[in-house]
Amino acid sequence: MKRGIDINSDKRILEALLAQDTDITIEDALENEMIINMGPQHPATHGVLRLLVRLDGETVMSCIPELGYLHRGYEKMAEDMSYYEYIPHTDRLDYTANLANNVAYVLGVEKLAGIEVPRRAQLVRMIIYELARIMGHLVAIGTFVLDVGAITPFMWTFRERENVQNIFDKICGARFTTSYTRIGGLASDITEEIVAMIRKFLDDFDGAIDEFEKLLNSNRIFIERLEDIGHLSKNDAIALGITGPNLRASGVEHDLRRANPYLFYNEFDFKVPVYTEGDCLARYFVRVDEIRESAKIIRQVLSKLEPGEIMANDPKKVLPRKDEVYTKMEELIHDFMIVNFGINPPVGDVYSAYENPKGELGFYMVSNGTGHPWKMKIRSPSFCNLQAIPITCKGAMISDVVAIIGSLDPVMGEADK
Amino acid sequence: MNLKENVETKLNSLSDDIILEASEFRNQLSFTVSGESIVEIAKLIKEDPELKFELCEDVTAIDWAKRTKRFTVVYHIYSLLLKERIRIKAVIDNDDFEIESVSSIWPSANWYERETWDMYGIKFLNHPDLRRMYMPEEFEYHPLRKEFPVMGIPGSLPLPDKED
Repeated sequence: MKRGIDINSDKRILEALLAQDTDITIEDALENEMIINMGPQHPATHGVLRLLVRLDGETVMSCIPELGYLHRGYEKMAEDMSYYEYIPHTDRLDYTANLANNVAYVLGVEKLAGIEVPRRAQLVRMIIYELARIMGHLVAIGTFVLDVGAITPFMWTFRERENVQNIFDKICGARFTTSYTRIGGLASDITEEIVAMIRKFLDDFDGAIDEFEKLLNSNRIFIERLEDIGHLSKNDAIALGITGPNLRASGVEHDLRRANPYLFYNEFDFKVPVYTEGDCLARYFVRVDEIRESAKIIRQVLSKLEPGEIMANDPKKVLPRKDEVYTKMEELIHDFMIVNFGINPPVGDVYSAYENPKGELGFYMVSNGTGHPWKMKIRSPSFCNLQAIPITCKGAMISDVVAIIGSLDPVMGEADK
Repeated sequence: MNLKENVETKLNSLSDDIILEASEFRNQLSFTVSGESIVEIAKLIKEDPELKFELCEDVTAIDWAKRTKRFTVVYHIYSLLLKERIRIKAVIDNDDFEIESVSSIWPSANWYERETWDMYGIKFLNHPDLRRMYMPEEFEYHPLRKEFPVMGIPGSLPLPDKED
């Protein structure tokens, strides 16, 4: 929503940039400092992120991210919508892992309204949640290595992502704008054909990871480009509210799937990869390890999947099936009431946070007993992770800034809301 | 001793009536306090070795529109030690909508408070860099306030001229 160049806004940003302390020592410091503007239209900033960088020669003295170029006012729109109407908008938050947002949102509403969801629906949600994590991480890894100059792995990760999207296409009829979950369950059940597709994808997937790991993990150019770049210490990571793979790359073993299990994560066996280096390379390794674990979780869930209901039986809050709406009076009334007046959760507020590919995605919903939320706050992981940019970029070379942004993996759709 | 009693005892050691209300809804703990005492509470729950609420996940506000105390600032804080989350609701009790910043205690609150200032117009005192987060600096309104219409105010954001 911002205009491109704006004298007053820029003045305030410049003042803030100059006020930052630049206590780094450079061996051959130049007399002149230079301030350059990077973005918002810059291919390496993963969307419309704008950075103001203060340079001495090629060394970054300080750096300020400027957000808001993709601000669409989702929190304001939520206050004017029923809880059902908002589901499609969650697709557009972290658009690299849409289904994870769908699941996280409906889990939050179900917690607020107190709806029990059948086991099969929850297990299918776990499958799509982990598939979305694989998809999100594949984009993250692919674009990250592309940013540092490796083009082939980018093609390979996107080839695998294409397979995940084909599965999504079969599941919900859309590759990108999924809107698959419903409050109290799912839009449709997954068929045997889809299960077979997922199994086939998983069978080939480990080989595909090995393939691009072979290209990168022993690649001297790749390692030396990223080792010790963008260092984020454990204490800084906690203090700056970093979550997700970026936090685990800094040596903090914190994963909400393990710490506060939701869905059925406590029943399944998976590892939480943790690296202690806290540099760009560690962040890459965490993501690669995580997609292996995700594949492991999906395999276990598929083996436990049993036939059953996919929608909760709660007529006042859960939409009835369409064929029932057309043939039965009661269901028609409920459908009319839910669509027109909403599900009316009890008065209260709930903060529900789940481990999304980028970190902790939280929805804080305040209900005043009507069909619309009184307030909806989205705690988006990308927004919080971007706070690490000033501290990680300080003292780095200008060419490393691109690698650091890529390794933090922000998605501006989510950071700007 | 459960977490609720534990936090209550710790906070009551600061002063007897520091907690205005302690409630539990859907297994989530929430403490309502006065906006004036937020910094000392933040310091206590972060530094106490048994609590260690170090990870400040979110700072936001609620606009209650017609209530006399219009704004409540909401903090969500996570303890990596206890693996628990609590919610602190600080009621703002002044007409200028001012509250002390907690960014000196949780550095992550820096951006969250900027966002809250941008969206609700709540001033965070002693904040290191209180600029707008999303909207342009010369924008006159605070969009998440209830009086701001969902469709926006025509003319409030100048569009670029064709000649530019």
